[in-house]
Amino acid sequence: MIALLKRNEALWLFIHSPAAIIAALVALAIILGAAFAPWIALVDPYDLSSFSLFDGLLPPVWEDGANPKYLLGTDDQGRDMISSILYGARLSLFIGLAAMTIATVLGVSLGLAAGYYGGRFDAIVMRIADVQLALPAILTALLIDGIARGLLPADIQQELRVWVLTLAIALSLWVNFARTARASTLVQMNKDYVQAAVMMGQRPIRIMFVHIFPNILGPLLVIMTVDLASAILLEATLSFLGIGLPADSPSLGTLIRIGMQFLLSGEWWILWIPTLFLVALVVSINVLGDFLRDVFNPRLR
Amino acid sequence: MLTIKDLAVKFPSRFGDVTAIEDVDLTIRPGEIHGLVGESGAGKSTVGAAVIGLISTPGYIANGKITLDDTDLRALTPEQAHAVRGDRISMIFQDPQTSLNPLMTVEEQLIETIQTHSDVSTQDAHKRAVDLLEEIGIKDAAQRIKSYPHQFSGGMRQRVVIALALCTDPELIIADEPTTALDVAVQQQVLDLLRELADRRNIAFLLITHDIGVIAQIADRVTVMRNGKALESGETAQVLGRPQHPYTVALMDAVPPLDRKIPRFRLPVEDDIAAQHTTRGTDAQNWLLEGEQTPPTGLTVQNLTMRFRGTRTSLWQKPDHFTALDDISFAVRPGTIMGLVGESGSGKSTLAKVLTGLLNPSQGTMTLGDAPLPSARQRSRHHPSRRLMQMVFQDPYSSLNSRHKIGTILAEPLWLYGLVNDAGERRALATSMLDLVGMPADALDKYPHQFSGGQRQRIAVARAILARPKFLICDEPTSALDVSIQAQVLNLLKDLQATFGLTILFITHNMSVARQMADDMIVLRNGRIEETGASETLFTTPQAPYTQTLLDLTPAMPSTWAASNA
Repeated sequence: MIALLKRNEALWLFIHSPAAIIAALVALAIILGAAFAPWIALVDPYDLSSFSLFDGLLPPVWEDGANPKYLLGTDDQGRDMISSILYGARLSLFIGLAAMTIATVLGVSLGLAAGYYGGRFDAIVMRIADVQLALPAILTALLIDGIARGLLPADIQQELRVWVLTLAIALSLWVNFARTARASTLVQMNKDYVQAAVMMGQRPIRIMFVHIFPNILGPLLVIMTVDLASAILLEATLSFLGIGLPADSPSLGTLIRIGMQFLLSGEWWILWIPTLFLVALVVSINVLGDFLRDVFNPRLR
Repeated sequence: MLTIKDLAVKFPSRFGDVTAIEDVDLTIRPGEIHGLVGESGAGKSTVGAAVIGLISTPGYIANGKITLDDTDLRALTPEQAHAVRGDRISMIFQDPQTSLNPLMTVEEQLIETIQTHSDVSTQDAHKRAVDLLEEIGIKDAAQRIKSYPHQFSGGMRQRVVIALALCTDPELIIADEPTTALDVAVQQQVLDLLRELADRRNIAFLLITHDIGVIAQIADRVTVMRNGKALESGETAQVLGRPQHPYTVALMDAVPPLDRKIPRFRLPVEDDIAAQHTTRGTDAQNWLLEGEQTPPTGLTVQNLTMRFRGTRTSLWQKPDHFTALDDISFAVRPGTIMGLVGESGSGKSTLAKVLTGLLNPSQGTMTLGDAPLPSARQRSRHHPSRRLMQMVFQDPYSSLNSRHKIGTILAEPLWLYGLVNDAGERRALATSMLDLVGMPADALDKYPHQFSGGQRQRIAVARAILARPKFLICDEPTSALDVSIQAQVLNLLKDLQATFGLTILFITHNMSVARQMADDMIVLRNGRIEETGASETLFTTPQAPYTQTLLDLTPAMPSTWAASNA
């Protein structure tokens, strides 16, 4: 074990970084909780029969009048806060991961090709990226969401809600990946091993994905973590604004929006608990991203 | 004046303290140039850093005494050390590009340094700065001092760095590879300047370099280092001419002489790489020879011109062209080695890129064997020349994909050109090939970073050879390597060339190396051929004045030294 630690530099740095360990534990707890929500949650917030209005607006256990069954209290419908949050995090994380994956595949492919071929293709891809960067991500997401609402028939709109949202977020995030992949590819293009591959007459696809891609993975992994946090935040923002997920399948953003109504009426936990949960999730992912950046960039150490 | 006694420097690491240097003794007298020579990892630079008190963290001096006249440098407080560093000891670094601040004029940098160390008015400092620049041979110094570093050429920039080091009138200057980044002509000027300063100003120099030619030329005394230990020390002529220590003897054997051609470099028997050589390489050798039914292939180049478009400065004017290769014609005879020499910017690498199809020439035709060699844009991915012509690159650290295992790297040409279709056979052949180039078989499952530069270069050569090429382009294959490793790689290339009847275009900036390798020679300058002809004739009776100049400027040892090769 110790021999392994000494050999693996990333692992060694990890166990010497308290911030990274705490962040990893928090993120891991949230991700596991979200993944196993159906098995560990008290109630199913989607199933109206599993909770009762009579339990509504109960405060967390440390306040007066709490029901010890509901550790963090209930909302106005009588839903257990913990259950809602776990299910909400499940949706948020799913959308975040899916959006990040789509953005990675799209952005990295375009960025690699732009860096490899250069010239006109590069110019076109990068100008599109520039235009998109000029618009805030939320605006891009709103635009795509609006188009989807206009195009899709009403009956399947509800079903496809999650996917439209995922796509909207992915399309507003691919630029980061494309730019990073292109910049790293340009660096690699000058390396002799790429020149050797070109000279030998290897297929461009192979050069891009077998030769260059593994060498630009480091910076991309960093962007992936940071953008996972962005994707989750973006989803929360859209849901908060009411154009994300509807109230009957609440994500973290939807929970915060619902909680807003109780901000001034004393039931603070309905707003604050999901909000703090979201902050913890996003901060821990970002800290992990920072840690990864340090691992891949020895000069910053 | 500078005395180092029993110096040891250690670097703490996760694996415990690593000893960088130990038991180093050194004495330098005023006006003496003391060469510190050794291969990479010998600890030369660490000695310099220890003297000036700038060992990179977390390293520390574990033992020993460093005294400058009566001052014990180790006993100084950080403030005192800082004062000594500027006043009495200066440093010249390898790369003049990075040791000057690109955003400050030379004047500002000189005046800043002068005023930091002595309390003089800006006018006086300015006057001193101009005098200094004149002293180190910058003409029109009063005007030139207003320039930014990028407005000077590489050699001039290194002069400015030297002027900066002289600002405080130091007793000792530590020069860490001061000429390594420079062309021979410029290197010569800088070395002359160092010698002159030592003689005239009585400055002591600690000259750290890996280039034995440089040491032979200007150092009064020399210390040979290896693996953090000083092995031999004394008068230059004594140490290099009649070396006592076996390592120094081996080192001198590995230095390519300029004044004669030797058939092979004599390598010490306990050579760590070549010692593992067994006979299993015969499999690869037989396989390679199977394909060599055809006679060797030559290469002809006619009227090759390569122009690069310059940067556009105006919207309406067409940008100027930069001509990298100007009407080049030559022929490489089948089965011989053609040496191509020239200084940086002469178009050597551009020529390699045009030949390999990485750049599209503006004009000219190329012929490989009997078949025309299409230029980059016309050459398809499946053109036979893609296999017949292979290349060995200068930098073995970038020419192998660091994320691929050696086995994958070596198998690539085999499946790409459809030479061997069975993965198991490819692996066996790669193992055998590794043996042929003197590498152990377990290298197959390792990654490039686990090997030294010389070993990587062997792998790169193995990769090129496995394509069963007829024509090999070697672009400065040894300039990133230490001399002893260079000798091994050059021997290897010679052996492979002789065995497989390869035709080689050998590109180098080092005249001594070219002489050892080439049958014919081309001397390139600013994209034009200055001289071409049989190698030995060119070296003994050069026709072009430029060739003569190159030969004169190459630092060389008296021919009586290192006689064991003869």
